[in-house]
Amino acid sequence: MKALLGSFRPGSKNSELSPLQFFGKHGISVAFVLCVVIFSLATDRFLSADNFFTVVMQASIIGTIALGVTFVVIGGNLDLSVGSLLSFATVLVVDLHDKVGPGTAIILMFVFTLLIGAVNGYLIGYLRLNSLIVTLGMLSAIQGITLVYSGGKNVDISDQENTWFAFFGREEFLGIPIPALIFIVLGIALQIVLLKSGFGRKIFAIGGNGTAALFSGLRRNRLVFSTYLLSAFTTGCAALILGSRVMGSQNNVGEGYELLVLAGVILGGTSLLGGSGSIIRTVIGVLILAMIQNGLLLLGYPYYTQWLVTWVVIIVAVWLDIAAKRGKLLSTY
Amino acid sequence: MTSQVETAANESVNLQPAQETLLKLQNVSKTFPGVKALDGVDLDVRAGEVHALLGENGAGKSTLMKILAGIYQPDGGEVILEGQRVQMTSPIEARDHGVLLIHQELSLVPDMTVAENVFLGNMPRFANMFVNNRHLNDRCGEILTRLNCKFEPTERLGNLSIANQQMVEIARALVFQPKVVVFDEPTASLTDYEKVVLFGVIRELRESGTGIVYISHRMDEIFELSDRISVLRDGTYQGTFETAQTNEDEVTQRMIGRDLDADIQHQPPELGPTALAVQGLAIEGLYSDISFDVRAGEVVGFYGLVGAGRTEVMETIFGLRKADAGSVQVQGEDLPISSPSDAIDQGLGLVPESRKEQGLVLGMSCKDNTTLANISKFTKYGWIDTAAERTIFEEYMEKLRIKCPGWEYETLNLSGGNQQKVVIGKWLSTSPKILILDEPTRGIDVGSKSEIHHLIRELAKTGLAVIVVSSEMPEVLTVSDRIVAMYDGRITQCFDRSEVTEDSLIRAITGQNT
Repeated sequence: MKALLGSFRPGSKNSELSPLQFFGKHGISVAFVLCVVIFSLATDRFLSADNFFTVVMQASIIGTIALGVTFVVIGGNLDLSVGSLLSFATVLVVDLHDKVGPGTAIILMFVFTLLIGAVNGYLIGYLRLNSLIVTLGMLSAIQGITLVYSGGKNVDISDQENTWFAFFGREEFLGIPIPALIFIVLGIALQIVLLKSGFGRKIFAIGGNGTAALFSGLRRNRLVFSTYLLSAFTTGCAALILGSRVMGSQNNVGEGYELLVLAGVILGGTSLLGGSGSIIRTVIGVLILAMIQNGLLLLGYPYYTQWLVTWVVIIVAVWLDIAAKRGKLLSTY
Repeated sequence: MTSQVETAANESVNLQPAQETLLKLQNVSKTFPGVKALDGVDLDVRAGEVHALLGENGAGKSTLMKILAGIYQPDGGEVILEGQRVQMTSPIEARDHGVLLIHQELSLVPDMTVAENVFLGNMPRFANMFVNNRHLNDRCGEILTRLNCKFEPTERLGNLSIANQQMVEIARALVFQPKVVVFDEPTASLTDYEKVVLFGVIRELRESGTGIVYISHRMDEIFELSDRISVLRDGTYQGTFETAQTNEDEVTQRMIGRDLDADIQHQPPELGPTALAVQGLAIEGLYSDISFDVRAGEVVGFYGLVGAGRTEVMETIFGLRKADAGSVQVQGEDLPISSPSDAIDQGLGLVPESRKEQGLVLGMSCKDNTTLANISKFTKYGWIDTAAERTIFEEYMEKLRIKCPGWEYETLNLSGGNQQKVVIGKWLSTSPKILILDEPTRGIDVGSKSEIHHLIRELAKTGLAVIVVSSEMPEVLTVSDRIVAMYDGRITQCFDRSEVTEDSLIRAITGQNT
């Protein structure tokens, strides 16, 4: 775990870290534990197995998307199109379910989702356009495509009881809800890819210093392209969970998700400048956001308080991160 | 003016010590995680002297200067300014105390005018809100005149040459009427003429009683300019010398703690077959008709002025630029190189001009940087073999004598010389047939420099074909078997080492007919 969080450094003992630096390195874990403790003490229902899976379920959709987006961000780019891509993919898979059957619907959904990811990847990787602008444009473009496709109507699956499509969102395996399982398995797999594969290493390199990576013979354009394919893929997985759980979809079901996803990634300490980050920390970041959401509801606050609290949590996280790098809490200039 | 100088001279007869001590550092220490950057360092700067600070990369010069400028806080020891103990916790505080650092890397805004840059953060304001541009330009003009600058305060900064931008940086310091000015490698990017102008400015500052700390690797400059020299080695203080009473050998020995044997014995190399043959290479507007070849076991130096097109030629060979005409043959085979990975596959390696921007991913560890160019050799079915990576890094750490606490250490925290060795290690680990080194020792201390020169000769002996691009004549003369001179995008002359003279080389790179 120590090595995974990147704190290993020979020649320096952990005892040499100031409290602030310690918090900068392990702050996300501390915050996680703090959240669990506070909500457990404040409500009696928080610390039950039942509620635990509720939290993981809530986190699974945003979390699954965040796994792919973490790769994009480590590579030095942004992906703001994932929210409306989720709407598109969910509408597509739900609508096609009755028309062509679940199997073909899923395949078609992934084909079109990856196609959109490829367009992002081509524009940003090969044409080297600014990722913020490309994906922001893509965000509204996909919203348009979704509305044109559905004609503005909500879609749903007619026979909700007798379709194996229910597996992804409604069933359990060994007592673990399938959405949580998808999230966890995908998370572990991608963490290993990030840390142990040549591909992961190259993503760190292009995000850390694209020029040096180019001079070292890495194909930067192809690598950036593949990160967008990856974020489209995980968004497709999230659509599978969402469509299966609701068995229907509104045209704007993923609206605002891109910010929650990005919030989870940032909270996990992945640098928006690229070159550093970790899947596990993204997972913890997303879980913290879901816990806050869940805990506030249990405490009886109206659901919109979570937006404000989420914002505060992110600002504090980013501030502590920068403070730890500076070595002090307040800048004198 | 004359009378002032006379009084000063009279005082120096009467008073001991000769000049008033402006700034004193006593027993200053600073530790970073894993590194003791400074250990009990003393330094005193007198009014009206140029005090040179000498040390290899990683000796602690920059750390010491950052403490002076309030960017770092010392862990121990004290800073005494004009007899008062001071604490400087930010650059602004240091500035208010009259201590100013002129950075090696310029920190100016290219899109603002010269005057705006000079007064950046210190704008004289009208009614506390509005900037009076005319007033600003007048005041800036006065300072520029004092510095003998030929450009206008209203000029856009980005239009100026690097040397003139450096003058703007100095002008910016003068606004605060500093007591102590620290110059950090100010001549790194200057031409000889610009250097003369800068030295004039520094001497003028000295006359007016300012204390000057001057950091440089260039021995000739230090002996030309300074009054005293202090030497640092591995974060420890090695003593202060009167410039007039010491010599280069003595301070060099203090600095590196061993004798330099700079003279590389040149034996006639045992040449193998032609490794690289370039025919009629050209890119419109950059260079034209470049033809040369390099044989295995040979070191070919590319010498020329900055902007002569040497780097661009190398980048084309390495697949980073597309040539308009010409061919590149590697080991007799005419294979197209359209990207760096093609070049690497064919056994080429390029140690680029700028190690921080092009050579290293600074946030990555030494080990990860070492294997970056041939990561596929360390992966099986897509998974990295970390143990093999460590072995190869440790092998090169030993071979190249990279000073580094361990394989997981971030290259960001290494000194320049060690960073460069990691870049060289990266390319050697790809087992290249042809290695191109572009300015391999720029900004690197004497010790590491000589090590790298030895290494280049050693590599050639093992049958590697080596190209060294350099702007420093001693370097080219030290390492090369043959020298190719470039001027304005073309090759003007090729020399054999035995027949080259400094004079003919200078003529060849400045476009004069021989």
